[in-house]
Amino acid sequence: MNHTKTDIPSTINWNEIRSQFPVLNQEVNGKRLVYLDNGASSQMPQIVVDRINAYHSHEHANVHRGIHSLSQHATDAFESTREKVQKLINARYLEEVIYTTGTTDSINLVASSYGRTYFKEGDEILVTEMEHHANIVPWQIIGEQTGAKLKVIPMDENGELIMEKFYELLSAKTKFVSVIHVSNALGTINPVKEIIDAAHDRNIPVLVDGAQAVPHSTVDVQELDADFYAFSAHKMCGPTGFGILYGKKELLDAMPPYRGGGDMIDKVTFEKTTWNDLPHKFEAGTPPIAAGVGLGTAIDYLNSIGMDNIAGREAELITYATGKLSKIDGLRIVGTAHKKASVISFLLDGVHPTDAGTILDKEGIAVRTGHHCAQPVMDHFNIPGTLRASISFYNNEDDIDRLVEGIEYTKEFFE
Amino acid sequence: MEIEELQDRIVKEFNLFEDWTEKYKHIIKLGSKLEPLPEEDHIEENLVKGCQSQVWLVASLNGDKVTFKADSDAAITKGLVSLMVRFYSGQTPDTIINTNPEFISKIGMAQHLSPTRANGLASMVKQMKIYAMAFRSKLTT
Repeated sequence: MNHTKTDIPSTINWNEIRSQFPVLNQEVNGKRLVYLDNGASSQMPQIVVDRINAYHSHEHANVHRGIHSLSQHATDAFESTREKVQKLINARYLEEVIYTTGTTDSINLVASSYGRTYFKEGDEILVTEMEHHANIVPWQIIGEQTGAKLKVIPMDENGELIMEKFYELLSAKTKFVSVIHVSNALGTINPVKEIIDAAHDRNIPVLVDGAQAVPHSTVDVQELDADFYAFSAHKMCGPTGFGILYGKKELLDAMPPYRGGGDMIDKVTFEKTTWNDLPHKFEAGTPPIAAGVGLGTAIDYLNSIGMDNIAGREAELITYATGKLSKIDGLRIVGTAHKKASVISFLLDGVHPTDAGTILDKEGIAVRTGHHCAQPVMDHFNIPGTLRASISFYNNEDDIDRLVEGIEYTKEFFE
Repeated sequence: MEIEELQDRIVKEFNLFEDWTEKYKHIIKLGSKLEPLPEEDHIEENLVKGCQSQVWLVASLNGDKVTFKADSDAAITKGLVSLMVRFYSGQTPDTIINTNPEFISKIGMAQHLSPTRANGLASMVKQMKIYAMAFRSKLTT
């Protein structure tokens, strides 16, 4: 993915696009809402909300079960999302797209199923220093059960991975590599293609946490040659409670089920159960059907704008915001990688991030404060947390100006 | 002072302020006046869990009354912490256990007391009550 400025067709009306998100059209604490917490969760356009409502109002039945028409209709709607995801990320086979409840669930699935099957005492799992906790803790849990240990690829002061250290850490003991594509705390775009190629030279599989990448750029899992790729619906204009695990078919086929229950079986007797085929082997129980249908509409919506146009518009806004924030006295941007997406983390001299977040909220500005579920990142910079403005294509220059005014006001407040 | 009287007094004190700006500035001022917590008390085991900003809390029993000391690295949190210290310090364990800080919502700071809020003033109140319970059992044995 490349976030240099691209030519955005002048026919795209970003104001009109913004108006399709009714949630943005409200006041918070008497001020027009400025929503800059898209990294935590993006908003849904009306068309996605309408689709989910229509499903609940007229189409609901359980999927993959009934012979009756309503069930078949629900199944068709739910399954059409799988095809849309396959196209979005360019998966080779439809059954390589596994429905989960989100990125966290996707990573847990791989850690639990693949890890428990293949890890043993003395094995090493490589992660980066900038992982979200969701890509640390599942490996620690499986490590405790199998004796495998975490090894950490460090980053430098700009929040870029020290690739020489990665090559040093790769060894015969390395059994798995799991890396974040775009850092949720710093915005760094990591060189995942290089990491994957180096790991594959040693036949080591790689999982990519793409929660902050898929919503902001074109991701091609075949081009990356990722073995597993995880992301969430609610960060890409879809609903919460739904996510995707992409996995290469030959790997998924060689992995045991993660959870047992309905829908994932072929034949059940009290003596022995045989598993259903992919993808259903990993999809036990009744799924969040409406959310799955909603993700399908969200993908259609993003495609109607074009992922490259979205990436281009967000790059414009990031450049605009970085320029404006850099001019504020006493403001320090944390994470100054050469390649960044969507996120600007920063600190104000002498003002605790939670204090600043409280005042910004009073000004109607929603940013995230704290450690962003990436405590090792905060430890690296020896800071308690940051303020994080995360930008989406439906934000605009006025939002950034309001943020700058809010920051200036916050500074005055604590002087 | 009786604790209910103290609640009323704090509410009256905040009624003087017309908007949130003045209220928050007053809270920050209260925090800056909080009796400093000795350096040796700024340790991991005195940290209140569940706070996005760091809050340290220590308690001691003097006769049958509890004394709290606290600190925070964030200014607004420190102000709220100072209100809690003022509210519960010098009260008996029973009073602390049986009295909730209702003044917090009356002065328009209810959002800070929400158990789901990451700045976790609720965690601090819970920790103060846990101290009070420990002291009560010490007094009755």
